[in-house]
Amino acid sequence: MSAFLDMGGYAAFIWPAYLVTVGVLVLNIVWARGSLTRALEAARRRLASPGEDS
Amino acid sequence: MANMRWTWFHRLASPPYLYGLAARLTPWFAWPAALLILGGLYAGLVLAPPDYQQGEGFRIIYVHVPSAWMSLMVYVAMGVAAAVGLIWRMKVAHAVAASCAPIGASFTVAALVTGSLWGKPMWGTWWEWDPRLTSELILLFLYLGFMGLRAGFDDLQRADRAAALLAIVGMVNVPIIHYSVIWWNSLHQAPSVMRFGKPTMPAAMLAPLLVLLLGFTLFFAAVLLVRVRAEILQRERAARWIGETLRA
Repeated sequence: MSAFLDMGGYAAFIWPAYLVTVGVLVLNIVWARGSLTRALEAARRRLASPGEDS
Repeated sequence: MANMRWTWFHRLASPPYLYGLAARLTPWFAWPAALLILGGLYAGLVLAPPDYQQGEGFRIIYVHVPSAWMSLMVYVAMGVAAAVGLIWRMKVAHAVAASCAPIGASFTVAALVTGSLWGKPMWGTWWEWDPRLTSELILLFLYLGFMGLRAGFDDLQRADRAAALLAIVGMVNVPIIHYSVIWWNSLHQAPSVMRFGKPTMPAAMLAPLLVLLLGFTLFFAAVLLVRVRAEILQRERAARWIGETLRA
């Protein structure tokens, strides 16, 4: 296990690279879902109180 | 006949149709993407044999190349959508282009950072003003410029058109990035997968990479579909179909 984590001495480069990429994948999911949730909430608010453009 | 061939195009141009289609299609891209990415990362980290020159260090390829692929593929998608929006005055095409930008920008950052983390142990430097690295950095600025330009206009139509022009002009950078390692003497290695003829990697190393390239591409489709729905809801705020869809 520790040999795997050590990555032949490249651990300091490999793990941050994987972390950054997985981070970007996760952020994309969070951002996309967040933008849809916000857009849906805004649309529902507009439906509940027509006339106000928010 | 010609009529039949174009009906799908006209239907896609209809915001309610595209909104519903995007909602239905998302899981069909999202779940295969998740399986392929998890499987591909495991195969890349554990199953693939170490490289005879770079040892375990080459495993950065499994995050660097898919990120770099995304940075270019998303840009092409954005440029094509922008062109369709500009030429056919199709509003949903602009919505697609606008949805592409933050996805592409984020993977361009990933490509630059993972490349830097690969360059340090192999080339001895985090960064070099090399044709490949510089043109990829310009790609990031194109994405940021596209988003900044959109944000700078109050009028949506003008924002769409100005940003679309930038996206289309910026397309010249895509072949420059791809061929930079061939045209100029670059630190960066030449393509080993996206090339004419056979890839130059052994199958056991190549297979996880291909799985990840497919997984990332499906991931883009899934995230794009979610973002497009949000974008359509904002743009169509006054449309009656939104009330009918949300109440249903």
